[in-house]
Amino acid sequence: MSLDFKPNFEPGAFGDFFRDETFREDFTYRNSPEGIRRFPFPFDRDDYMYSVNMEPHTPGRKGSVFEHAFDVDEHYVSEMVDRAKVLAEDPLRCQSLPHMTLAGWDLLELIMESKARDYPQWFSLTKEGDKWHWINRPLGIDQHFTFLDESTLPYGPFEYITRQTQGDFSLQDERDNDLWMDAGMITSQADWSLDFDIGMSFMEWHAPVPLAHEKGIFDRALKFLLKLQHGAPVRRFNWTMTVNPLLDTAPETYPKWGPTKTSLTPENLGHKQHLRVELQALFRLPRSNAIAFSIRCYLGKFEELVTVPKWARRLHRVVRDVHPDVAAYKGFLRNRDAMAHWLSAYDDGAPTTPGWWPDD
Amino acid sequence: MTKTEFPPSIKSRPVYGVLEPRPGTVHLVVADGEGAEAVLDLLGKVPDRAAMLAGLHIMYTPGPNGTDQTDQLQALGARQFFRAPTLPTLLPRLAQVLATAHMGTQFYLSGTEGLMGQAERDIMATGVPFADIQKEHRGSTLRRVQCVHCKGITENVATDPFACSHCGLNLFVRDHYSRRLAAFQGVNIDAEDPGQVPAPVVRFK
Repeated sequence: MSLDFKPNFEPGAFGDFFRDETFREDFTYRNSPEGIRRFPFPFDRDDYMYSVNMEPHTPGRKGSVFEHAFDVDEHYVSEMVDRAKVLAEDPLRCQSLPHMTLAGWDLLELIMESKARDYPQWFSLTKEGDKWHWINRPLGIDQHFTFLDESTLPYGPFEYITRQTQGDFSLQDERDNDLWMDAGMITSQADWSLDFDIGMSFMEWHAPVPLAHEKGIFDRALKFLLKLQHGAPVRRFNWTMTVNPLLDTAPETYPKWGPTKTSLTPENLGHKQHLRVELQALFRLPRSNAIAFSIRCYLGKFEELVTVPKWARRLHRVVRDVHPDVAAYKGFLRNRDAMAHWLSAYDDGAPTTPGWWPDD
Repeated sequence: MTKTEFPPSIKSRPVYGVLEPRPGTVHLVVADGEGAEAVLDLLGKVPDRAAMLAGLHIMYTPGPNGTDQTDQLQALGARQFFRAPTLPTLLPRLAQVLATAHMGTQFYLSGTEGLMGQAERDIMATGVPFADIQKEHRGSTLRRVQCVHCKGITENVATDPFACSHCGLNLFVRDHYSRRLAAFQGVNIDAEDPGQVPAPVVRFK
């Protein structure tokens, strides 16, 4: 068995909602005007420093990326094609330690139930006892399987469902008052290696982050997460910068994509430079007591984001003023001045309103 | 020679203590190079030396810098003493000992990070929590480094940067450490500016 996609990009399919685009080579990825308006702009003020910034992951504004637990957007099908290519090149990007299989089933259930409820036009799940039937129309998947019986799926439950869900995922086992990252599907990461970090504790896998340890951020975040309850997920933003709409900025392939950081010019910067936003959500899982961490990556071109005047002003101020250690860790210190200069043309100095919505 | 003091670092970088005798009927020691001295110190602290020696199994190999204190360890009179010429020849024996080890076995590791890390990895694989494994650093600070790009391990890295012994990329050495791999992380230093490699500096001896 295998998971063969049959993506359908024929004209008229799914109301032409899903874009046929690439995140590699010719980089045809872009956001539609509607996609730009719903972009999860992560800055609620004109400056940035690390904070725990967690809030309940409850349904948000209609049409926004917060409307559903697992946002499915116009890039869905192309992102899943890109993930399949990454995994074909490097299977180490998806790993699950042996004791994490039950947590994988928990996550499969959570995602299937959420998507079938929130997007019934695209997904359906029917159950007769432990005999389940899953249909994923955008990817052309029709699967009968037995819940909790691995032999009835073409992959383990964790890999099976995360090959069909946008965003990276890690599964944290809870032991000894700590969280241990014991499984992951990591193909759209901001330069960290699952293969290196799998099995680490919460403090260990966050060890390379500058400034935040000293501020007590991770102590508070861990205490908060250990109290996370089933049915009460939380979310937060993280962000970085990426040249070209490359989802897979992995350390493994850094020698391939690293040189693109030197390719920016004043003429191409607005098109090539992307704000990379991670909408991170955390879910306590019911059977395993593990915590699922979804890291959903949204890419916005500078030229797209500055079409929203509030975001144009604010992005300029954040980039211009961000702490150099933060810019260095996020990998854009060498281009920070060029980025700030390009953005300054879109900042008239007017005050901005609090919050991240485009027009509040 | 006492235990090595490392400068403060990030939270994934291992820290080491001082070996202390713990009650038990079986005591497994894995050591290399100057780690022998930590074992001698351990035996000097034990209340009932004869009882510990009766349950003591020492596995030893010379350090990467050539230090070989086999004679002193052998003279202790442990129930079992094994000298391996190299670390790779020690590990298969350790695996067999672990496969037949009983609950309550006490683990003591001393010497270089490469030795302690690999022995810890193999002991953890049998289900022992790492916090139950005692470790004391002595001797060489040469590092075992995984190339994050090709996944190859280079042993006994002395300089930063260094050339990966598998793919040849020039890597800088991070303090980020994986217990599962028993290795520090090496990342290509000239990825963004190919060819611009700083002169190597000896950081580990």
